[in-house]
Amino acid sequence: MASGKQAARSSAIRKSRHILMTATTLGLASVLAAAAPAQAEEGSVKIGFVTFLSGGAAGPFGVPARNAAELMIEAINAGSVPAPYASTGLAGKSIDPIFVDENSKQKNADYQKLVEKDEVDMVLGYISSSSCKAIAPEAEKAQKLTILFDCGTPQIFEEIVTDPQYTFRTGAHATMDNVAAARYLADTGAKTGSYAGINQNYAFGQDSWRDFSASMAQIDSNAKIAAEQFPKIYAGQYGSEISALLTSKPDVVHSSFWGGDMEAFVIQGSARGIFERAKVVLTTGETAMHRLGAQMPDGTIIGARGPHGDLAPESELNDWFRKAYYDRFGTLPTYPSYKMAQALLGVKAAADKAGSTDQDAVIGALKGLEWEGPSGKVSMALANGHQAIQGTAYGTYEFDKETGKASLVDIVRYDAECVNPPAGMNSIDWINSGFEGAKCD
Amino acid sequence: MLTAVAIAVDGLGFAAWLFLSSVGLTLVYGVMRILNIAHGGFYALGAYTSAWAIGLYTQTGSTIALTYLIIPLAALAAGLVSGLLVERGILRFMYGRDEVLMVLVTYAIFLVLEDATKLIWGTDSYVSYQPAYWLGTIDVFGLPYTVYKFLIVGVAILVGAALYFALNHTRTGKLLLVVIEDREVSSALGINVTLFFTVTFVIGATLGALGGALTAPEISVVPGIGAEIIVMAFAVIVIGGMGSIGGAMLGALIVGFSRAAFVHLYPPAELFSIYLVMAAVLTVKPYGLFALSESRKI
Repeated sequence: MASGKQAARSSAIRKSRHILMTATTLGLASVLAAAAPAQAEEGSVKIGFVTFLSGGAAGPFGVPARNAAELMIEAINAGSVPAPYASTGLAGKSIDPIFVDENSKQKNADYQKLVEKDEVDMVLGYISSSSCKAIAPEAEKAQKLTILFDCGTPQIFEEIVTDPQYTFRTGAHATMDNVAAARYLADTGAKTGSYAGINQNYAFGQDSWRDFSASMAQIDSNAKIAAEQFPKIYAGQYGSEISALLTSKPDVVHSSFWGGDMEAFVIQGSARGIFERAKVVLTTGETAMHRLGAQMPDGTIIGARGPHGDLAPESELNDWFRKAYYDRFGTLPTYPSYKMAQALLGVKAAADKAGSTDQDAVIGALKGLEWEGPSGKVSMALANGHQAIQGTAYGTYEFDKETGKASLVDIVRYDAECVNPPAGMNSIDWINSGFEGAKCD
Repeated sequence: MLTAVAIAVDGLGFAAWLFLSSVGLTLVYGVMRILNIAHGGFYALGAYTSAWAIGLYTQTGSTIALTYLIIPLAALAAGLVSGLLVERGILRFMYGRDEVLMVLVTYAIFLVLEDATKLIWGTDSYVSYQPAYWLGTIDVFGLPYTVYKFLIVGVAILVGAALYFALNHTRTGKLLLVVIEDREVSSALGINVTLFFTVTFVIGATLGALGGALTAPEISVVPGIGAEIIVMAFAVIVIGGMGSIGGAMLGALIVGFSRAAFVHLYPPAELFSIYLVMAAVLTVKPYGLFALSESRKI
């Protein structure tokens, strides 16, 4: 017995030593890597990738994005992406990546290190709107081509950097998600007499609610706001907020929650019947639908911040991407993976078009560019050719208990010009103008 | 009326969670004078162990009832192993050092625990909702609440009562109060202070893990949850008076009810509510509501 205890204890100690040694080795490795001089392979393009590799956003966003980056880099370097991307590399040069964790208290310093010490040719990354707000001005100052691939706040080119030269965003901003959410409610005949919001208390959550409530006011002028909740990001406990939503009896609940916060809200909210009493719209719901399975209530309206994942239209490129991703990682790609692939293909399209990876040449080609991603056409139509727009889609969640499979039904697709503002117009002004010039089929 | 009831029930539920998550922190500070930042790491370890074990168990298709046994066992396993490793492996070599240095040491341990958690469980979220669902809901004035939430309130009361009884009505507890009062004199009287430190730290770690383990079925367990809880727990024990169990309970109730009131009555200030309460209490009682009296040594 005593020897059993001893064995267990020594096994625990061994495990702890293993963990500590692994941590030490990893730490040492990263120090050595940082100390090594930046030596890009001859004829390669060095790209700094910044996504969440730790913290709450790593699992649902950062790691799927990094996975997609790894997959796409290999495929682009090997020339194995389907046409029109079948040529090798970026204008013939292979991509040499450096991955950096976005979960950092010193994002600007990390960015400067990439630019000055690692001497990257471009930076591609940033999931959080807060990161983008900090990095966009930094990129302009450093005069380094920087591609924002995911973050949502429309503020980036409307308020923070109004005349971008070096910063691009290859995914549409959050206005699209929220205008389309309001349109979807109207198009599917949902009851919208009163609506409530629960969004995180920072740029993305606040902007999402601003755009959704403004769109609802335009689409159904009789609709009333029942409640507005802005809990702290990563709060995890939403008991009081759910009670406040229940007592205000809304017909619709809008949430741009993402990651662990969204999953916690679904668990706590569905246990207390909010999904039965109201139509719940989750603008980023697609990232969690396969993981939550039966836990996500049927009838929930799901978005993917673009026509990504289960909302992606069929195409050869999409089929290739889904299969390659599934074969390699054992799960289907969610929207952060799609947006990373979209960004890298945009860079490839620009470099191939310019026939060079020279920064000025790529910038010139990327401005106003149109290209095909796994989720369809992307156009750099806003912010003087620096901000992408694309079509989007919403669907309604359905879980098949027999097969254990989650799917989206009643999918409605929206053209890019139907749910994005026109060039030269701020998002909120466009919504308040009654979506002036919107082209919806 | 409905709002008042909702504030009362939500406040109580939030307070119970806060108390369970912070009582271990105040216990360790009271006995050892260590502001244990690693407490957040124990909370996360408890949550991951519980969510992982529940996930494994429910895959077998067996009755959900047994998951209520898995939760405390997971907390016990996580708290015992990590608490002992940290105390015996690191902290015992640091006793007697400056309190500020100990904050840095425990912060370093917290970072190691965060990485260890990531190495073991990865970055994907763990969802183990079954125990929170299985008991169903009860309506309070038409508002549905999960029975599991009331179970957490019950556990919080039980833990508070057990700690109170153990400290005030058992021989060991009384000896511990002596150690809290003066560790040098206790040592001179023949009390094994080192053993008390080890046991207290492991109990503190286990209570932290219990907070996480009980919360796991209600949330999505993701990297970084430990960092969130340490800020809240710190606010609670500062309001209540660092080192006081009763203080932690009162602090949790004050924070719980005030946050619920803000969410229902004035949501824009919810983020600020905890710090508003903290500032108000500290203005009147700079060392918290039930601060332990310090004997001055000459």
